[in-house]
Amino acid sequence: MRAFDIEQIRADFPILHQQINGQPLVYLDNAASSQKPLQVIEAVDHYYRTDNANVHRGVHRLSQRATDAFEASRSTVRDYLNASSDREIVFVRGATEAINLVAQSFVRPMIVEGDEILISHLEHHANIVPWQMLCEQTGAQLKVIPMTDTGELDLTQIDELLNSRTKILSIGHVSNALGTVNPVKMLTEKARAKGIPVLIDGAQAVPHLQVDVQALDCDFYVFSGHKLFAPTGIGVLYGRQQLLEAMPPYQGGGDMILSVSFSGTIYNELPYKFEAGTPHIAGAIGLAAAIDYIQQFGMEVLAAHEHHLLDLATAKLQAMDGVRIIGTAKEKASVLSFMIDGVHPHDVGTIFDQQGVAIRTGHHCAQPVMEYFDIPATARASFAFYNSEQEVDALVAAIKKTQELFG
Amino acid sequence: MSDLRDLYQQVIMDHNKNPRNFREIEDANHFAHGNNPLCGDKLVVYVKLDGNVITDVSFKGSGCAISMASASLMTESLKGKTLEEADAIYEQVHKTMTGETADRHLLGKLEVLSGVKEFPARVKCATLSWHTVHAAVDSDHDISVSTE
Ligand SMILES: Cc1ncc(COP(=O)(O)O)c(C=O)c1O
Repeated sequence: MRAFDIEQIRADFPILHQQINGQPLVYLDNAASSQKPLQVIEAVDHYYRTDNANVHRGVHRLSQRATDAFEASRSTVRDYLNASSDREIVFVRGATEAINLVAQSFVRPMIVEGDEILISHLEHHANIVPWQMLCEQTGAQLKVIPMTDTGELDLTQIDELLNSRTKILSIGHVSNALGTVNPVKMLTEKARAKGIPVLIDGAQAVPHLQVDVQALDCDFYVFSGHKLFAPTGIGVLYGRQQLLEAMPPYQGGGDMILSVSFSGTIYNELPYKFEAGTPHIAGAIGLAAAIDYIQQFGMEVLAAHEHHLLDLATAKLQAMDGVRIIGTAKEKASVLSFMIDGVHPHDVGTIFDQQGVAIRTGHHCAQPVMEYFDIPATARASFAFYNSEQEVDALVAAIKKTQELFG
Repeated sequence: MSDLRDLYQQVIMDHNKNPRNFREIEDANHFAHGNNPLCGDKLVVYVKLDGNVITDVSFKGSGCAISMASASLMTESLKGKTLEEADAIYEQVHKTMTGETADRHLLGKLEVLSGVKEFPARVKCATLSWHTVHAAVDSDHDISVSTE
């Protein structure tokens, strides 16, 4: 175990040490994508320099090394999520692809007109649009768990919303727009007690909390590597083995078959059945390196620091005149969405950038959440464990500067 | 910070806070919706056209300071102009926003929009109302334009 030392941690992230517009970069857009430690960059670099080849095909040495590294990465992910078997870990491009895969391969074959799909008002578009598409294809209906003014789920009607027509509950673990941590374990329990399968969109949870899919007892859990300090283009679908086994493939191609002839094709075993084509091998290796990096400290330790920053920033913004925090759930992770009175978020983004402070402004791919609060957009700061208290001060200073300019 | 002051000049701030011609024109014969989905800017531009003279032009909507001020300044500058004059003005506005030399005489007050040239991500905000007014006069029914 490595001790938590913020200076040493920051030294591991080369990108953080640069100036933007003559100011030190303050990167507070982690919910959009996170930065990568040297350990990840070097793992990818090493792979391309020494082991690069295609996987699962060649008998030559490089192909074996590439295959070993790729499969070892799968085991690292399995271990990190506490899944029971490597067969339950499918490498995909990201959370978006994983949700589409489940919608088309798992839900579509068993859903008919009049059936229901249950999501929540807090979802990212990635957990809305694939289900709307499925509804269009099948005549099923999309149902939505409503939200409250604090940005929490309104569960008063949950027992009716989870009913005999519900074919899946697909719910975000942590909201990317507001930071709300949803009670996914309780919801999973309720759904599964009625025989309703559950998908959890963990894109914003995995970088901030230790996830145990067996403890959650969900059927599917999805996330993207790039938000977890790993490369873009790699992500994970965890699926319960029995379900994955019964599902038809999502895409056809090489690697997902055992044998092909024109009279028929035998699909490969799990998880390869769902990994058609050459995968993002370097990405998977980078993802395992990112998990190893986190585990040097332990997620709890990193999360505790990050949570301290969120609390500190929340308290400071609350104390400022003319600043309104959007999303005040009791349990939150990483995200601080806010409005500055009289200043449109888009202007906030530009003014912050001039001070080297990178935040996201916009609807955060969660337009229904914006509509709920009747705002076009928010400014959103989102923290990672490599952020510092000084960076919270820089955030506050940037808000003051904005208010001065617009004063 | 000098660039920021160039972008957010006093005139821009003033037009953002107190947009001119911020109203509906009841008997407008042309109008269009403008939408920049990325930042959520949304506006409607109303035009009253008499022959080829813009006798009245106004807008309503919400957006960032740059899009609001640009729309407000636009309505001031286009009122009473012919369509040909309006095109000539927009050509100069576009030049000044993309860093080309523009005719300062034609631009007049609109020169304050030149601040966006250092902020490529914001050019769309400044051009939204201009695209929208263009769509409005080009069409005799309601039309939507998007800068994304
Ligand atoms: C909650 C949530 N779900 C899904 C996604 C989609 O992730 P990706 O674009 O990496 O597929 C995101 C990304 O912003 C997210 O925040």
